[in-house]
Amino acid sequence: MLKIKNLHARVEGQEILCGLSLEMGPGEVHAIMGPNGSGKSTLASILAGRDEYEITEGSIEFLGVDLLALDATERAVAGIFLAFQYPVEIPGVSNMNFLRTAINSVRDQKGEEPMPAKDFLAKVKQCAKLVELDGKLRDRSVNEGFSGGEKKRNEVFQLAMLEPLLAVLDETDSGLDIDALRIISGGVNALRSPERSFLIITHYQRLLDHIVPDRVHVLAGGRIVRSGDKSLALELEDKGYDWINEELAQ
Amino acid sequence: MAASEDNPILDEFTRKEYEFGFTTDIESDRVAPGLNEETIRLISEKKEEPKWMLDWRLAAYKIWTEMEEPDWAHVDYEPLDYQKICYYAAPKSKPVLDSLDDVDPELRKTMDKLGISTEEQKRLSNVAVDFVMDSVSVSTSFKKTLAKKGIIFCSMSEAVRDHADLVRKYLGTVVPVKDNFFSALNSAVFTDGSFCYIPKGVKCPMELSTYFRINESGTGQFERTLLVADKGSYVSYLEGCTAPQRDENQLHAAVVEIVALDEAEVKYSTVQNWYPGDENGVGGIYNFVTKRGVCETRAKISWTQVETGSAITWKYPSCILKGDHSVGEFYSVAVTAGAQQADTGTKMIHLGQHTHSTIISKGISAGRSQNSYRGLVRMASSAEQGRNFSQCDSLLMTDTSGAHTFPYIEISNPSAKVEHEATTSRIGEDQMFYCLQRGMTEEQAIGLIVNGYAKEVLNKLPMEFAVEAQKLLAISLEGSVG
Repeated sequence: MLKIKNLHARVEGQEILCGLSLEMGPGEVHAIMGPNGSGKSTLASILAGRDEYEITEGSIEFLGVDLLALDATERAVAGIFLAFQYPVEIPGVSNMNFLRTAINSVRDQKGEEPMPAKDFLAKVKQCAKLVELDGKLRDRSVNEGFSGGEKKRNEVFQLAMLEPLLAVLDETDSGLDIDALRIISGGVNALRSPERSFLIITHYQRLLDHIVPDRVHVLAGGRIVRSGDKSLALELEDKGYDWINEELAQ
Repeated sequence: MAASEDNPILDEFTRKEYEFGFTTDIESDRVAPGLNEETIRLISEKKEEPKWMLDWRLAAYKIWTEMEEPDWAHVDYEPLDYQKICYYAAPKSKPVLDSLDDVDPELRKTMDKLGISTEEQKRLSNVAVDFVMDSVSVSTSFKKTLAKKGIIFCSMSEAVRDHADLVRKYLGTVVPVKDNFFSALNSAVFTDGSFCYIPKGVKCPMELSTYFRINESGTGQFERTLLVADKGSYVSYLEGCTAPQRDENQLHAAVVEIVALDEAEVKYSTVQNWYPGDENGVGGIYNFVTKRGVCETRAKISWTQVETGSAITWKYPSCILKGDHSVGEFYSVAVTAGAQQADTGTKMIHLGQHTHSTIISKGISAGRSQNSYRGLVRMASSAEQGRNFSQCDSLLMTDTSGAHTFPYIEISNPSAKVEHEATTSRIGEDQMFYCLQRGMTEEQAIGLIVNGYAKEVLNKLPMEFAVEAQKLLAISLEGSVG
């Protein structure tokens, strides 16, 4: 469903990704790990269509479509969701209004009718339960005054509401305590399906104890330097990232 | 980075044709352009006014001729030639007022285009509409229901004839003729407007609404509104404006006076969407308005305004808190795009003891526009324990627009407390991207973010108006992030 080939990207003249290739099938969960500054978050931003990056080479194909030809809105409509590392606050806009606008916008662009209010509310109830998001947080302004953990839970709540085909989780585990980690992993696991793929970007192995990936990739120096199954994550946890850097240097 | 390079939609939308830019083909009766005593006599005669009214106008004219046009506002425009303006235009076919069905079909069409289905509004939203078109009221509804409660809601012309006592008692008491250049001009040549009187202890059962509309090319609009809320009464009054596209500048110098007697409460809401001109501001409305209310003991006046139109806006709805324990409020959203210039704010004059005022102003600047907040908070020496809270926020949509804040604070009583907070921010690229990533279009994202920013003010509007205002904000700013 997702084919990234030889991707080169730069921002402000500096090359961040240099020849990254990755393939994911439907329903698969892939984890991308790597040291700070290796290009993990850049990859997430590029997939979502942030336009501050310049793609100098390579291609991204999503469900047979050239993803790089689509803008951020079109990619979201096509089924790509990004759980932000730093979710943004939007004062004065309630979470509910935000989601209803988003859902109905996507439906409108697909030529579908808006979601009936009753169905919307039922869905909110169901999805909020997944990540234990209480009523107060649902009615508050988007992410305003939310704790770090609440923001991340809200991201997974939105993921559940928007039902994407590819969900990219950008360091969703950063800054979470063990309980929040458990809640969020539980939500993500419940959302796994044969159609939905997850690309989980993380610095730490501990998230992968809860969300077990099909594949683990190590990103370093702007490209994937090693891929394996979940045991690779454990190996990284054990040895740290230094050995990879050493291997690269040789 | 130039806004237009950054965002091609910016150009498209800032040059977008004014949505309500149509004109109605109605024969009109107008006097020749120019202003002198003769013009004023002619206006007064056409309106079949009593002599006291004519005398009042002539006195005002004399005062006006001795005044200078003010130039302190942060706006820039070619000087106006007051001898080139036509001061009176009335639709020729003056319809019977009893039934809306008798209204000229062309006028009805105009109302429909504006989305003001009077019939529907009557049935569904419980709103009485006094539709003012080119200076003469053509339809007034709900009069009978209101009459039962003793409420008077009619055109100013009618009031001058039928309720002379009330008009003579209050006209010019809140905004004196010589208050400023434009109020003097208005006093001399005002053609129509609304008059409203709420008797003692009466709560007006519906929102009173007047739609003003400029329709005649080159006709200055000089509306005069007088609203008197007697002791212990309550009224919510709505004013909304749209105007057809025109090539020459159109001057609008309205005066609104509110009298809130002891323990009365008046809510005055405005949505203003007049033609802002083309991308260079050419042809837009000049909106020089004087709005002021006076509060007696324990009375309250609340101004809420959503300003999106006009080439130039010069407007400071104010409260004179004369009575002890009286309350004044000002909630404003002012949007400027293209080459629009707005200098708007309020004046809170605290005279009585324990008087309280609140000012919430939200400015939004896009395109090459200039948006200024100008506010005065004055605590007189008599304003024992007076309180004011002011919050002035500015949101910049482009790096070519400007936001300015001019707060004036004068305190003559040591027990008074005045708080002022101000912020300026750019619309966040991160916020935009967050919305787009969730599948919203750029227009939806801007609409959502801006409405969230202005929510505190929009919440103060009556329900039907709030919905209209939200749409207006989104439309006015489509594609204007740069």
